[in-house]
Amino acid sequence: MTSGRTVVDIGSVGDPSARRDRQSRGTTPRAPWWLWAGALAIVLPLAIAILALGLRVFDATDAAWNTLLSSRTLSLIWRSFLLTTLVTVSATMIGVAGAWLLSRTDIAFRRVWGVLFTLPLVIPSYVIAMVLISSTGRRGLISEAVGFEIPSLVGLPGAWLALTLSTYPFVYLITSAAMHRTDPALEEAARGLGASPTRVFRTVTLPQLRVAIGAGALLAALYTLSDFGAVSLMRFDAFTRVIYAQYSGRLDRTPAIVLSLALIVIAGVIIWAEYRTRGRGTVFSKTPNRHYTMHHITGMRRVAALGSLSLVVVVGTVLPLGVLTAWVVRGISNGAVVSIPWNAVFGSLSGAGLAAVVAVVFTIPIVVLSVRYPSRLTTLLERSVFVTFSLPHITIAIAVVAFTVTWLTPVYQSMLVLIVVYASMFIAQSVSSAKASLLQVNPQVEDASRSLGRGPLATLTKVTIPLMKKGLLAGGALVFVTTLKELPVTLLLSPPGFSTLAVRTWAAADELLYARAAMAALILIAMSVIPVYYLSIKPREVS
Amino acid sequence: MRRLVLVVVAIAVAGTACSSGSGESLTLYSGRSEDLVQPVIDAFTAETGIGVTVKYADSANLAATILEEGAASPADVFFAQDPASLGTVALAGLFDTLPSDILTRVPERFTDDAGAWVGTSGRARVVVYDSTVVSPSDMPLTEDGFVESVWKGRVGIAPTNGSFLSFVAAKILLEGEAATKAWLDGMAANDAQKYPKNSPIVDAVNAGDIESGLVNHYYLLRSLAENPDEVGMNFFFTVPTAGSLVMPAGAGILATSQSQEAAEEFIAWLLNDSSQRYFAEETFEYPLVPGVAANPILPAIDTIPTPDISLSELATVLDTATDLVAEAGLL
Repeated sequence: MTSGRTVVDIGSVGDPSARRDRQSRGTTPRAPWWLWAGALAIVLPLAIAILALGLRVFDATDAAWNTLLSSRTLSLIWRSFLLTTLVTVSATMIGVAGAWLLSRTDIAFRRVWGVLFTLPLVIPSYVIAMVLISSTGRRGLISEAVGFEIPSLVGLPGAWLALTLSTYPFVYLITSAAMHRTDPALEEAARGLGASPTRVFRTVTLPQLRVAIGAGALLAALYTLSDFGAVSLMRFDAFTRVIYAQYSGRLDRTPAIVLSLALIVIAGVIIWAEYRTRGRGTVFSKTPNRHYTMHHITGMRRVAALGSLSLVVVVGTVLPLGVLTAWVVRGISNGAVVSIPWNAVFGSLSGAGLAAVVAVVFTIPIVVLSVRYPSRLTTLLERSVFVTFSLPHITIAIAVVAFTVTWLTPVYQSMLVLIVVYASMFIAQSVSSAKASLLQVNPQVEDASRSLGRGPLATLTKVTIPLMKKGLLAGGALVFVTTLKELPVTLLLSPPGFSTLAVRTWAAADELLYARAAMAALILIAMSVIPVYYLSIKPREVS
Repeated sequence: MRRLVLVVVAIAVAGTACSSGSGESLTLYSGRSEDLVQPVIDAFTAETGIGVTVKYADSANLAATILEEGAASPADVFFAQDPASLGTVALAGLFDTLPSDILTRVPERFTDDAGAWVGTSGRARVVVYDSTVVSPSDMPLTEDGFVESVWKGRVGIAPTNGSFLSFVAAKILLEGEAATKAWLDGMAANDAQKYPKNSPIVDAVNAGDIESGLVNHYYLLRSLAENPDEVGMNFFFTVPTAGSLVMPAGAGILATSQSQEAAEEFIAWLLNDSSQRYFAEETFEYPLVPGVAANPILPAIDTIPTPDISLSELATVLDTATDLVAEAGLL
């Protein structure tokens, strides 16, 4: 794994200003056309479908404009914004704290903690919501266990908790991967000079991680904005709930379309804000992956650290797994017929597996363009994948159904379209992860390859891709687990006969067949354990 | 990494290969869930040799998809949960007329006036209530009683759900727009608790979060099947009102279908005695074909008071229903 890294030690490294100087002198070379072709191949199809949907605004009826301009819409925008802000703040705090505790301190069983800490990522947010709802309240599981009434989790607190649990792993994964890539020498120097762990973290570690934390927080924010399952079960009036209601409650589909476009604007503001506040603090390491001497934390601090890790793991991982298992057992003991839905297992594996592969392949041109050939156009290209990520899935589904059935009838409801849509919906995650990887690869390595006579394509495949391999694979794993959870696009775009575990979970729970729903959810979680194991352990094997 | 990619691709190819079949086949869009109807479909294939490829999704979304697809729709049959979704497709003129030997198997009120779709099983609107705090004698005469202040904050509704919207549409047909608007505004003012769909309402009643809720009758029965200790009970209104409507799930054949005969055979299959018994016993719905008995724990379908409306017209006021729900601030 580390063989490719030793070449990094060339010339003056360790200062990003060298790279910036090169760019500001205007010597950024022109990007090869095939990079653009590759990037546009994944970005354009969905963008065109969504633009085509946008054009329908011109057909919008009075009902659509009345819906958009009502005071209720304004209050919904405010509520969605409030929820997104709260979730992003708490997810970022939990994610960063977890990353630091599990990569920079000497807490025991860090690998086990790492897997448990990442698992909520693979549990669909509506399953987390269902579990939280059934555990609280007057006759809830927790109330009956502790003997007094825990208030029901509904509305803002419920949606906030469910979505924080669903999204903090984004921040945790991206931040801890970045921690493993940064040079521990600076932190050790600061410690050697007598700085406390807190001070080292605040003044040395944190500034190096700004890009990674920002990327994780952005994914958390956009995921929250597009979520429908958790907010609807928690009965929190968010913007997406109304889009769904307008879509399924009328023959006239323009109100749903107009509201979706309004949501694109909100997402655009968030993406722009993240871009504006992003730091440029990237540090190339002379000796990356060098063994890091862990902070030794003792006494009350250790108790507090273990206590807070346990709290998150108990609520986010142990409770859902426990409740799901209890549902299966309760159902079976009352005569429910529960079997493994093999068709859905294959559907989930093939859909998510292919989506991950396609996303990883097309991430390469997007990331290389945005990092190595920075310009307005490449920035726009990279940012556009985040807009897609933030759209409610029902909007994407409507757009693609309308577009393919009209213009691409032969591939309508084909695996091809489903996979391309999955990949382009979730590619933001692999772009984030791979970009963080590539930013830490010194461009002089590639310059060296080119000056030694390798062409741009050979440099890309022989030097750049191997150096960003970890980021790409982690990105692929993220795309895999989020595709496994996907619902609305799967329902509307999949070929007849295609089913997934997420669909089976949702549909069975809808009919109150909890034993079957829980069975499908448990298989889904089990399937994600391998990529999660990879995500949470591989970066740690470096020392 | 290369090996990993190969494994993923191999699994994917195997997965897609599994889903392709051969021989005579039908494409079915089902708004009813796989858990409930797949056994009936499997039995059909075993008996007739006709393969059925099913696309499962929410009824209203499938109706919207069929409208979007128009003449290009791959579907032969649309099997939906509610008459509003069926009516949406019928209004767009995308259904063929069913043969009369299919239409006449069920009572006329459960078929489309123009014969575009036929009901296959019945679902009664009921009030589910927490039997530890409410008794049937506390129940109002109709749903109108729930706007009274004694029910403030104690009633759950699913304003964005297809079956609730169908009920609102029925109320518009029955009592007019003004009365329906007044009722919805009254419910909103009385702090009716909003849920996304029927199932969480039944869960909330069982969990003691709310005391009653407007739902379809079978959810409670399914929940009791997995957990007999639940405290919820069903209450059926005793006078004809939108709240006592029995709405059928049903099916129609797409006009663009190339397999009309197989499609007719399939719908006839849904109406044979064994399928009707399956709906009665396994999904706890009302069989609609005379002579097949309902689940004995349910009141007989003839004893449920029937409001005088045509189910075919529900879809014509669906948009109005959504507007009124939105105006009441319930969306």
